[in-house]
Amino acid sequence: MQEAILSLLAKQPAHGYELRRRLETALGPAGGALNPGQVYVTLSRLERAGLVRVDGRRGKGHVRRAEAKVYELTATGHERVEAWLNDVGWSKVAPVEFHLKLVSAAQTGLADPVALIEAQRLELLRRLRELQDLARTEPEGEGALLLEGAALRLQADVRWLEACERHWIEQETR
Amino acid sequence: MNPVIEAKDLVKTYDADEAPVRAVDHVDVVVEAGEAVSVMGPSGCGKSTLLHLLGGLERADAGELSLGGDRVDRLSETEWAILRRRSIGFVFQAFNLVDELTAIENVELPALLLGASRRDARGRAMRLLERLRVSERAGHLPDRLSGGERQRVAVARALINEPLLILADEPTGNLDSKATGDILGLFAELRDARQTLLVVTHDARVASTADRLLTMRDGAIVGQTRLEAGRPTASALAGLLDLGDTA
Repeated sequence: MQEAILSLLAKQPAHGYELRRRLETALGPAGGALNPGQVYVTLSRLERAGLVRVDGRRGKGHVRRAEAKVYELTATGHERVEAWLNDVGWSKVAPVEFHLKLVSAAQTGLADPVALIEAQRLELLRRLRELQDLARTEPEGEGALLLEGAALRLQADVRWLEACERHWIEQETR
Repeated sequence: MNPVIEAKDLVKTYDADEAPVRAVDHVDVVVEAGEAVSVMGPSGCGKSTLLHLLGGLERADAGELSLGGDRVDRLSETEWAILRRRSIGFVFQAFNLVDELTAIENVELPALLLGASRRDARGRAMRLLERLRVSERAGHLPDRLSGGERQRVAVARALINEPLLILADEPTGNLDSKATGDILGLFAELRDARQTLLVVTHDARVASTADRLLTMRDGAIVGQTRLEAGRPTASALAGLLDLGDTA
């Protein structure tokens, strides 16, 4: 989020509300999930960190509200954007938390792993449904691509849960 | 309640080398008119066999089956053939189009077999191809079409006789992600149009387009759940984006 906002400022300075709007557009149908306050809080943090500064000559007088201020990148901010664009990090590859949940359920006997898997599978399928209904509202553009990515990940997660199910059913019938 | 499919205690056993395999093991299925149901399960769980039994492509060893309120489990092969042509539209993984016929000829064929005039069949086929956004490919042979286009033609063919029921067996099994997306949209449209639909799939994206989801394992239905339609909630969206790294 921090870097995404910084990169939107790389071309030219912008008002807080402009940044929020551009971010929403880039996210497409998923833009509704964006909490506007989050954008402004992030901007304040970036300002404190010296990555952006408020352009005092623009904006109206002594504006206090982040949405009406005009932000521009500092030199450090530019560096951060470049580093971000070239970074090949990738988030959340392994479903660590759920995996550990299953192991702990089996070890403690507090819950049945197979039942947990089934409940989780149905939850993911419900989310997949919501996602796809949402994607249908705006089938073209970059926002749709984002939702396709989310759907494909959920689909892969469901397949992984099926593998988990096979394993834990085997464990139980031993 | 107005069930289109009502199956009770269906059993189907195959003879394997060592021991008989019970592919469908005392399964009950009810699909109401206008309902879209998906059946999910690992490969070999019996879901395709179940679809074949429901569509009369294979016969159950035991159990009762009614389609549209009529008992069909004692029909002869000929009676089944007529019933399928009139009342059931099939969509298969491998499309099963006739290679020698153009797209529109494939679509109109089931209507002609039911005695429709050429003019009427052609008109209905063209309207369906338009609805499925593949009308510009009407004059092409199947081998000139992409996988996604072939499946849309196959769906048009399944719809031409306004069937009581659509049965789809792994409809996206041979499609890439983009074409799968098209078919997903199509199934959602059919669902919204209240076309009675039963889809067998291992693809979670396809399964989640249905109103109701059945889970099969080892020949039995082990769970079912309703997938609520409606606008995504703010919390679901927030979980979806996970942009929470403001710290």
